[in-house]
Amino acid sequence: MAGVAHIPQPDAASRLLAAQAERARQRRRTRLFLLAPGLGIIGIFGLFPLSIALVYSFLEPGTYGGVEWTFSYDAYVQFLFERDIFDDTLTFNSAYLQIFGRSFGLAITTMIGTLILGFPVAYFIAARPQEQRNFWLFAITLPFWTNLLIRTYSMLLIVRDEGFVNLTLMNIGLISEPIEMLYTDGAVLAGLVYSYLPFMILPIYASLEKFDFSLLEAGHDLYATRTQVFRHIIIPITRPGIAAGCVLVLIPALGAYITPELLGGGKKLMIGNLIALQFGSGRNWPFGAAAALILMAVVLIALLVSLRAGASKEGGHG
Amino acid sequence: MAKLSSLFRPSTDARELRRQPLFTGMSWLVLLFLYAPIAVLVVFSFNDNRSVVRWTEFSLRWYTAALENDDIRRSAMISVQVALTATMFSTIIATMAALATTRGSVYRGRSAATALINQPLMIPEIVTAIATLAFFSILRQLTGVTGIGWLILAHTVFCVPFAYMPIRARLSDMSVTYEAAAADLYATNWQTFRYVTLPLLMPGVMAGAMLAFVVSLDDVIITLLVAGPGETTLPIYILGQIRRGVTPEVNAVSTILIGVTIAMVALTFFLQRKRK
Repeated sequence: MAGVAHIPQPDAASRLLAAQAERARQRRRTRLFLLAPGLGIIGIFGLFPLSIALVYSFLEPGTYGGVEWTFSYDAYVQFLFERDIFDDTLTFNSAYLQIFGRSFGLAITTMIGTLILGFPVAYFIAARPQEQRNFWLFAITLPFWTNLLIRTYSMLLIVRDEGFVNLTLMNIGLISEPIEMLYTDGAVLAGLVYSYLPFMILPIYASLEKFDFSLLEAGHDLYATRTQVFRHIIIPITRPGIAAGCVLVLIPALGAYITPELLGGGKKLMIGNLIALQFGSGRNWPFGAAAALILMAVVLIALLVSLRAGASKEGGHG
Repeated sequence: MAKLSSLFRPSTDARELRRQPLFTGMSWLVLLFLYAPIAVLVVFSFNDNRSVVRWTEFSLRWYTAALENDDIRRSAMISVQVALTATMFSTIIATMAALATTRGSVYRGRSAATALINQPLMIPEIVTAIATLAFFSILRQLTGVTGIGWLILAHTVFCVPFAYMPIRARLSDMSVTYEAAAADLYATNWQTFRYVTLPLLMPGVMAGAMLAFVVSLDDVIITLLVAGPGETTLPIYILGQIRRGVTPEVNAVSTILIGVTIAMVALTFFLQRKRK
């Protein structure tokens, strides 16, 4: 550049600038054109309805479903208290708290269960030679895409009284009466773990995918025991994967509808069923909307916590 | 036996550290856990008997019965209609969004745009379902428009992020040099896209379309709440039948649905591997 004797005339320079500005404008226009449909449809029909739900949660239920446009925070009061129809007094009612409690209990147990089952699998796959990994990844991903309803139904075929497990055990003669498994918390838990296990395996695998296993050898050479190698090398490496997996399992498990519906027999309600019920035969849309928003708030908190847990990887083990 | 004893002895072999023999066994057990229930369902859908436990004879009678069932045929048609339309729209939208979020220089709001596209994945489906129902019930009243369009719209929204993922992955793996070369040869933006980017991107687009199709075809919760009367999709029909009790016809339909899903996902997997 320095060797160029010719210095552009002022008008040439400004024309260059104008051309650049024009190009930048055009790029912005193209970008806007490309983004508009996606952001538009998800913004209007994905994000905006959440604020409608927020509005609904502060209205009164309509007699035949829907809402009456009268302000009321009854939907939130209803969580903890029952309003007497005759004298309008409030008495403490823990029924809904219990449903929330059961949902959290089940979702967190599911998370731990999938971690215990999923971690070894993720590690095992990452330690395979490349050509075997593809088979395993395919095998783990496939159930994830298979219809959740059908998978839950197949679980039901296995655990019901006259199901596969019971009849097989009875045929061998291990038991004489079927063990009641269906419609228990255990069945729901098994169904949830079964449904969401791939969500745990895949992110942990992703965090181990590029891992150099000779580091383990290095640790071992430095007289680290097996446990130490595990704690100080493998856990820090997989930490973002574990955090992502926990969230990916926790979110759908908390909002599960099909699993408790089929395997819990609609008696062992979880939040998901409670919400759907209010929009169906319960005919209390505001209460359903309030329950959904509380669920979403919890999910957002879980997301933030996991972001921090995943990010603090660098800090801990310096 | 050598393997078993190595579990208790402090390992000396580096390969041992890598392998964690206990994990191998667990992995196969997990695979069994994932596939055994589906296998039972599939195998016994070919059972002549009504039972899902006692095998009598191979038979296709439940498949014949399912295919002759008008309710099943009608709901399958609706499912395919909704899934195909939602797939078409969501794939186009996702392709455009992927181009805007991976090509060109980084701009303010790019990661926010990406996050918004993925928003349907971040929220429990039941929440999306009731929020959509609430919003649509207002829109239905205001506009007076009814019909299956609403259901297709709801499906399109949650299909977008699924179509977006493989398209974006493919696009960020693609070098920009071809597009730069086309631009050097005075190709317009549209020509560059039509003759350079799109053909290279096609495996990603196909993979995205297939995932969107599968996700739409399988949806239960959002459809259950948003669908109007007479808009029963196949999964909703199946759910209704299961609530009433186990029937062999449902086993047959479920097996068909599993078959379709597996075929599509296998194809997607193949398409995505080809890029390497």
